[in-house]
Amino acid sequence: MKLLEVKELLSAEVFCGEEFLETEVDSAFGSDLMSDVLAFVNTRVLLLTGLVNPQVVRTAEMMDISAIVFVRGKCPGEDIIELAKSKNMVLLSTKNTLYTASGKLYAGGLTGEEKGE
Amino acid sequence: MADGMKLQFVVDDGDFTRAGETSSKVKKTLTQLGFSPEVIRKVAIAMYEGEINMVIHANGGTIDVEISSEKILIIMQDRGPGIADIERAMQAGFSTADSKVRELGFGAGMGLPNMKKYSDEMEITTEIGKGTCVKLTINVKG
Repeated sequence: MKLLEVKELLSAEVFCGEEFLETEVDSAFGSDLMSDVLAFVNTRVLLLTGLVNPQVVRTAEMMDISAIVFVRGKCPGEDIIELAKSKNMVLLSTKNTLYTASGKLYAGGLTGEEKGE
Repeated sequence: MADGMKLQFVVDDGDFTRAGETSSKVKKTLTQLGFSPEVIRKVAIAMYEGEINMVIHANGGTIDVEISSEKILIIMQDRGPGIADIERAMQAGFSTADSKVRELGFGAGMGLPNMKKYSDEMEITTEIGKGTCVKLTINVKG
């Protein structure tokens, strides 16, 4: 799924990386725990989270994740946006909850990353 | 290849917003040196977990990275309280992190298990009241 479609499905606001919205993501992972992102993600996913701090961008960087959707209307601060810009990352924000946002994306064809499947 | 390249970094105490900068620098260096994405990913994740641990549990410390075409060695030496029970600390889900750390998205008890998962060798030496040293080896060639 293209990030542009993610943006439209979630009526999301784009904070940075507008120029990368043509990028494709193969699957998605939702969590507020960065420890679990580090433990469970194996491929390049779209990250959905309600956690907003610079470590979300750092975690994404280590995992080669290029796009993050902040859910529940959370918005990243300037420091987070600047950090993401320096890593060529796309930051989005949706008013949807994690569950609803995930449901919309799944229904749109973006599946989750499950171990052993 | 950069045989015998050695890097040293200082990890500041308690500066959570900057935690991960060292891992980021090493990731960039390895990318420039042309290591495979798989090796870079393993080093980045294992080292980032270690760096976070040094900041949240251990008053900071130093990280030495030795890069060769055979393997990448990461030595993380902290000034923390030491680990009382390494076996328990290695269990997924066991954590001594406080609620502040958990609010930041860490402290889920996955740090050491993750470091083991993403490295080929892991050695921990620890002394109560003095600090902990974690040595990670990531093999470049399978």
